[in-house]
Amino acid sequence: MTTQRTSGRRKQAVAAAAVVAALLTTAACGGGDDSGDKGSKSGAAGFDAANNKVAQASQAKKGGTLRFGGAQDADSWDTTRGYYGFMWDFSRYYSRQLVTNKPAPGKEGATVTPDLATDVAKVSDDGKTYTYTLRDGITWEDGKPITSKDVKYGIERVWAQDVLSGGPTYLKEVLDPKDEYQGPYKDKSADKLGLKAIDTPDDKTIVFHLPKANSDFEDMLALTSGSPVRQDKDTKSKYQLRPFSSGPYKFESYNPNKDLTLVRNTEWKQASDPVRKAYPDKITVKFFTNANELDQRLINGDLDLDINQTGLSPQGRTTALKQHKENLDNPVSGFIRYATFPQIVKPFDNIHCRKAVIYGADHVSLQTARGGPLAGGDIGTNMLPPAVPGAEGQSYDPYELAGANKSGSAAKAKEELKACGQPNGFKTTIAVRNNKPVEVATAQSMQASLKKVGINAEIDQYDGSQYGGIIGSPANVKKKGYGIIIMGWGPDFPSAQGYGAPLWDSRYILESGNNNFAMIDDKSVDGLFDQFSTTLDAAGKTKIATELNHKIMDGAYYLPFVFEKFVNWRSSNLANVYTSDGYSGMYDFVNLGLKNPK
Amino acid sequence: MLAYLIRRLFAAAVMLVVIILVVFGIFFLVPKWAGVDIATSFVGKQADPAAVEAVRVKLGLNDPIYAQVWEFFKGIFAGRTYAAGGDVTHCAAPCFGYSFRTEQAIWPVLTDRFPVTLGLALGAAVLWLIFGVAAGVLSALKRGSLWDRGAMVIALSGVSLPIYFTGMIALSVFAFSLKWFDAEYVPLSENFGSWFGGMILPWITLAFLYAAMYARITRATMLEILGEDYIRTARAKGLREQTVIGKHAMRSTMTPILTMLGMDLGALIGGAVLTESTFNLPGLGREVLTAIKTQDLPIILGVVLITSLAVLIANLVVDILYAVIDPRVRLA
Amino acid sequence: MTELSKSGAAVGGPTTASPSTAFLEVRDLKVHFPTDDGLVKSVDGLSFKLEKGKTLGIVGESGSGKSVTSLGIMGLHTAGQYGKRKAQISGEIWLDGTELLSADPDHVRKLRGRHMAMIFQDPLSALHPYYTIGQQIVEAYRIHHNVDKKTARRRAVEMLDRVGIPQPDKRVDSYPHEFSGGMRQRAMIAMSLVNNPELLIADEPTTALDVTVQAQILDLIRDLQKEFGSAVVIITHDLGVVAELADDILVMYGGRCVERGPAEKVFYEPRHPYTWGLLGSMPRLDREQQERLIPVKGSPPSLINVPSGCAFNPRCPYADVPKDNATRTVRPELTEVGSRHWAACHMSQEQRERIWTEEIAPKL
Repeated sequence: MTTQRTSGRRKQAVAAAAVVAALLTTAACGGGDDSGDKGSKSGAAGFDAANNKVAQASQAKKGGTLRFGGAQDADSWDTTRGYYGFMWDFSRYYSRQLVTNKPAPGKEGATVTPDLATDVAKVSDDGKTYTYTLRDGITWEDGKPITSKDVKYGIERVWAQDVLSGGPTYLKEVLDPKDEYQGPYKDKSADKLGLKAIDTPDDKTIVFHLPKANSDFEDMLALTSGSPVRQDKDTKSKYQLRPFSSGPYKFESYNPNKDLTLVRNTEWKQASDPVRKAYPDKITVKFFTNANELDQRLINGDLDLDINQTGLSPQGRTTALKQHKENLDNPVSGFIRYATFPQIVKPFDNIHCRKAVIYGADHVSLQTARGGPLAGGDIGTNMLPPAVPGAEGQSYDPYELAGANKSGSAAKAKEELKACGQPNGFKTTIAVRNNKPVEVATAQSMQASLKKVGINAEIDQYDGSQYGGIIGSPANVKKKGYGIIIMGWGPDFPSAQGYGAPLWDSRYILESGNNNFAMIDDKSVDGLFDQFSTTLDAAGKTKIATELNHKIMDGAYYLPFVFEKFVNWRSSNLANVYTSDGYSGMYDFVNLGLKNPK
Repeated sequence: MLAYLIRRLFAAAVMLVVIILVVFGIFFLVPKWAGVDIATSFVGKQADPAAVEAVRVKLGLNDPIYAQVWEFFKGIFAGRTYAAGGDVTHCAAPCFGYSFRTEQAIWPVLTDRFPVTLGLALGAAVLWLIFGVAAGVLSALKRGSLWDRGAMVIALSGVSLPIYFTGMIALSVFAFSLKWFDAEYVPLSENFGSWFGGMILPWITLAFLYAAMYARITRATMLEILGEDYIRTARAKGLREQTVIGKHAMRSTMTPILTMLGMDLGALIGGAVLTESTFNLPGLGREVLTAIKTQDLPIILGVVLITSLAVLIANLVVDILYAVIDPRVRLA
Repeated sequence: MTELSKSGAAVGGPTTASPSTAFLEVRDLKVHFPTDDGLVKSVDGLSFKLEKGKTLGIVGESGSGKSVTSLGIMGLHTAGQYGKRKAQISGEIWLDGTELLSADPDHVRKLRGRHMAMIFQDPLSALHPYYTIGQQIVEAYRIHHNVDKKTARRRAVEMLDRVGIPQPDKRVDSYPHEFSGGMRQRAMIAMSLVNNPELLIADEPTTALDVTVQAQILDLIRDLQKEFGSAVVIITHDLGVVAELADDILVMYGGRCVERGPAEKVFYEPRHPYTWGLLGSMPRLDREQQERLIPVKGSPPSLINVPSGCAFNPRCPYADVPKDNATRTVRPELTEVGSRHWAACHMSQEQRERIWTEEIAPKL
């Protein structure tokens, strides 16, 4: 009997581990064909009907409850602290910014449009002064008007990292690079508006003074961290439990990891808001620990969409692709999944050895390990995500990864090995996060194909939750001999600078929390970033982005796996649905409507 | 009996203090010795040095260990105040701290989740006791029969099948396909009927596993007891067979079942992680699973303490019941 | 105690048999247990009679079938047998004019404890550990008497007093584990006698007790028998226990009776080699030289494959005395060897008399 009980317990433990693993998995094997499907009996718009275009805009009616489900709660609903992409998307329900992403599908969604401000910024010629005028009729949820001081206070909160950690700090770095301001909580001035870089000459005007021009500044302001916060409603670290609304909806109830309900903010006026349609009366979010149950409920019609927007899990995806393809979209997520080669680990200091790995790997099998063409994405051929201006997608393929060499080229790899002075191959270690089964699978795929060209790679699965201290520490990388690191990266906002600077700029190399794993230290790359910051016109920025991408690819620092894609669900009752590059291929939540409000 | 009770209570109180110390040690001291900075893992993605230092101050990690232990105890029994970066928070007793992910006070979270888990565990326990014990007794009395074999095969499958498997099957068959039950959790305080309806599947699924274990142990114990001399004596007295089984044999059979029940209930109250995850019940188990995923140590700590307390209380109750059932224990 | 029915096998069924006039009569009792290894013939054709006020000692090694016989009389083989493997019982058991094996089981249950009661070998395991002595006696009394708890409790105290337990009104609330071994057996006896049963079966009543307590318990049983006038069956492996107590002695071997007669006959003129062996292994206080104690060599026979011929032949030192080899081929029947004295042995009367007087008796 004792034995029986023990084995029962052990099974539970194993099962618990399996569940945890399943929850951590976002994608695995998959497939299916791409043949589109126009409309359907259920009324769903069709496969990919909302991918980069608007589906069924005219069918959206006012009212009803929009039901989100999710496997993961936001890192924080505090506009200053949230960093998850879906949080930025969702936060537009209860927060407004001076400017925000344009409510439009695809690439257009990645451009900024006025929100609280009457127009986009009036920028001074030197690119250092940004001036905005606030609209009339903009109000808080208690009916008081939103002033320029509220915007300034909201932005100042970014400085209070000791209390409000977690969110993006771009605004702080650009407006106060010397870290002079202490943040509003330690601000000695009476109105707590001591940040010198922002002027509020009157309630309607706000002026930003940049010590140094930065062409991405308006994109940074468009982030949720640029939202206004009213001082008397600031509950500091607890603000995330109940943010004070400036948008069309306000918090009714929130139980972290359990549920969230938003109801209409009756003080919000449609006329004051050119961005938000605010169709539903109520928005609910229910969090699940069981990703399969979430998928089941989506497919069953109990929920309208997944708030996390990271795609269906393998089981649900298979069912959905077979039976409900018309409810699916297959957008590009903005993430590139890749392997990178720290130059501080021999023999990756030699470009030929890096190229040998790039040629030696089987790119189709890597794509399959990522989940195949639908759930994994297209074979990655360069390092600029397709949604970022300047990206060329698969048309730029310097190593013919999606072409001639897609299954790997042993001949070319051997050639490079010879050039590297390692004709018989070498030994190295692949570092991979242990909590990402898909990444482990890609590491195994690499290991197998590299073996064929004589490169013997060991796989080291490290504690994924601690990656900042493990692969983020160059000293440790060198000590452990991590020649190949498997990672992924997505842009916070679609800009080559926002995406690439942490990865490629030598000035971003850190002792801990480093993201420039390849240890790229190239003055010409750094120079291009400087040039990018001061180039204000879009065409010029695009050109530099392309050049940066080429430089990185020429250096053979990276082996891209895929331009990542997800398979996302949209219920048949959703209308006015479109994916936006401004939110990495997620649906633009704020303008979703219901066909049959209930 | 009274002396026994006092002894047990005293032992439980001592255990509680020891548990708090151990838990404190595991969460605050072991990482320190292992060279892991808790403050860094609390801050998360962007480890801003100022933020790390603020957390350190807030948590009192710079204080000497005895001061930390004192603050920890004080927090639990009298409340404490956290202050850092101009953000001052008073945490009323019993203070288990604040979640570092959601900034919620831990105690209200625990008291909010606890009834869910308690309802799940108790409801399931009633089911598995009724069905498990009945099946076990019948199997023992009809040993070797078709019923016995059938019941034991079902029991074996019940013990072997993991909850997330039976749970998912139950969900997709009874909730999603047949739509017999609404598999949505509704708090008891909101609507009894809806709560009950939503709990039926979790109860059955959880009870299935445990009923299987209880049937097996009941059968084995019953068979053992039926061979005891005192059962023969009971028959020799001329007692009816139902009295022999229902009174004399059952009373002895209850002893190991009770021990198991105490342990199982205690452990379940600590978190029926799988059942709660599968059925999306907002109980302690789901809470701790989320907390582990997000490395929210204060929540984990709170749940561990509550679990320990639950196991402690369950054991205390079992000890007392044990003494009621078995007079020999009272001397021990 | 008179005639022994030898032709038990011919008895067709209880209904056609003539009712017994004896208080207790067992006719050709067979108790067989089917097991995976084969049929265990624990009791294989046993017959005897017992009158009220008399004591019968059943003696034999463990596995000889003596305990199975007693449980068979009590009807405890059928009650509480669960599953497929039930004991197979045939023959007749007459108690006070009623045939028990064919009677309604519920009727037999009502006789149990009321008209026939049993004292078990190990009182610690035979008493329920979770109930007080009083509760267990009260239960035994109330199942057969429609009285309230108070009355039953008074009766329990009275019984405890009668079996010699000091402070019975206090000890009645004690649990079995709070009693000493001897006290427990007294309590067990009190429980058995609480309903004044006409038949008392004591199965190894003193085996678990030390020597001085043994004597006390045996005295107690004798005194109580006189008082109640019951018929008593004492089952033991130790002839010494029944030496002074029993009126008649029945020696069992391999599930059958090998010798039976009045106690003084069995002790002083035993006519079966197995009985001789038992006598030889009996510790006696008057024995001068302890080293002359002669145990029966070998081990008890398998009850599945009982040796052919005389079941005792593999262990019998005199197996070759009869020259016709019948010892190993023919099962000896019980034959009258004296007044009310029977034995089952192939040796002739003369041979046995000679061996007993010349070889065995002097050594004892």
